[in-house]
Amino acid sequence: MTPYVSVAIYLGVATVASLAFCILPGLLAQPRPNATKEEAYECGVEPTSVVGGRFPVRFYLIAMLFVIFDVEAASFYPWAVQMHALRAFGLGEMVTFVVTLGIGYAFVWKKGGLQWR
Amino acid sequence: MNDVLGVLPWWVVVVVKSAIVLAVVITTFAYSMLFERKVMAWMQLRPGPNRTGPWGMLQPAADAVKMMFKEDLTPLTADRFVYRLAPFLSLLAAMGAFAIIPFSEDGQGLWSVGDVNAGILFIFACTSIGIYGISLAGWASGSKFPLLGSVRATAQMISYELAMTMSVVGVLVLAGTTSLAGIVHAQHKVWYVVPQFLGFVIYIITAVAETNRAPFDLVEAETELVGGFHTEYSGLRFGLFFIAEYLNMITVACIATLLFFGGWGPLFGLVAVPGLVWFLLKAAGFLFLYIWLRTTLPRFRYDRLMAFGWKVLLPLATLNLVATAAYIALAP
Repeated sequence: MTPYVSVAIYLGVATVASLAFCILPGLLAQPRPNATKEEAYECGVEPTSVVGGRFPVRFYLIAMLFVIFDVEAASFYPWAVQMHALRAFGLGEMVTFVVTLGIGYAFVWKKGGLQWR
Repeated sequence: MNDVLGVLPWWVVVVVKSAIVLAVVITTFAYSMLFERKVMAWMQLRPGPNRTGPWGMLQPAADAVKMMFKEDLTPLTADRFVYRLAPFLSLLAAMGAFAIIPFSEDGQGLWSVGDVNAGILFIFACTSIGIYGISLAGWASGSKFPLLGSVRATAQMISYELAMTMSVVGVLVLAGTTSLAGIVHAQHKVWYVVPQFLGFVIYIITAVAETNRAPFDLVEAETELVGGFHTEYSGLRFGLFFIAEYLNMITVACIATLLFFGGWGPLFGLVAVPGLVWFLLKAAGFLFLYIWLRTTLPRFRYDRLMAFGWKVLLPLATLNLVATAAYIALAP
């Protein structure tokens, strides 16, 4: 039996436990809603604007940079595990990779992609 | 004991093990919350919770009962399904990481539900899914502060996750495996905190940011964002985010123990003390560090936080990785 099956069973048990926690408030708590309680919270005043999901574009930029760099970070993992076998060859390959990555990183920095305005 | 285990089908054993791990983890959550309140109180020269049982020992139970009976509100502007899904996702992802954490080891094997060989990757997968819980919660609330809090949280968590994944690669280079038990076994001579000190420091900083704890708790900066992503949540649903946050703290404390402090390996050669005790002591030390940081440091400013993650931690982690690899490759 592979350990992944155990992990899957564990996740099943965890799902049941989490679901129980999510269903409990519906059974125990007494909901007595009224119009004021169901308003979105804005420090006591009536909501002044409709939330249309607008937020600064900086966050999208961070998300894109994350995708680019995280894929590259993930590619270090298999290499790192094999480092004892790869030795100087692995080091050379990885330094080349890091330098290439570094050029992109320097470009983003220069363009102000890491600047929070 | 072994006779009983031999008779039962293996999956029953796994289910029982899972239930035990979850029960222990939830109890640990309850008491780490009390521990935090007590330690903070002592650091600020006040008594802390002391009305419920001796030393406030029943405070977690009182809190749980209060949470369960609180009214559960959903704003009219909320997306009802996603609003309810978000705390569930957060909690499930936080619980999931404990599936593979080995708490100790004896002659019969590891004390874990399953020791998968891609251990570190599984942990990072779970913490990444936890981010969905937070970003969906803010989006589904249909309210201003939660939305801002959740996009902030998402940007912060993904930025620091990057530095975090890079900071542990040095350990993998030294150990030559991603299995958590394998990494612990590789530390029988010297704990990785010594050769990987820079990696350890980066890991601890990113771990605090990743779990949204002070001084990186921009996510729920109450002076700017009210409660952040969980402003609209009340009752037990708010409690679920709370549980998830503490479980994540415990997870990163366990991972720090396993990767850098020899896991269940004894200190000073004291092999008579069980491995589980060592593991718990080390993990509790990290939880104490969290509380210490919270009472000591003021909150970061958001632009500095992002700049620190991208311009300092990420290059430092890469440097650490290259230096470790060069040591392995060129050492005789």
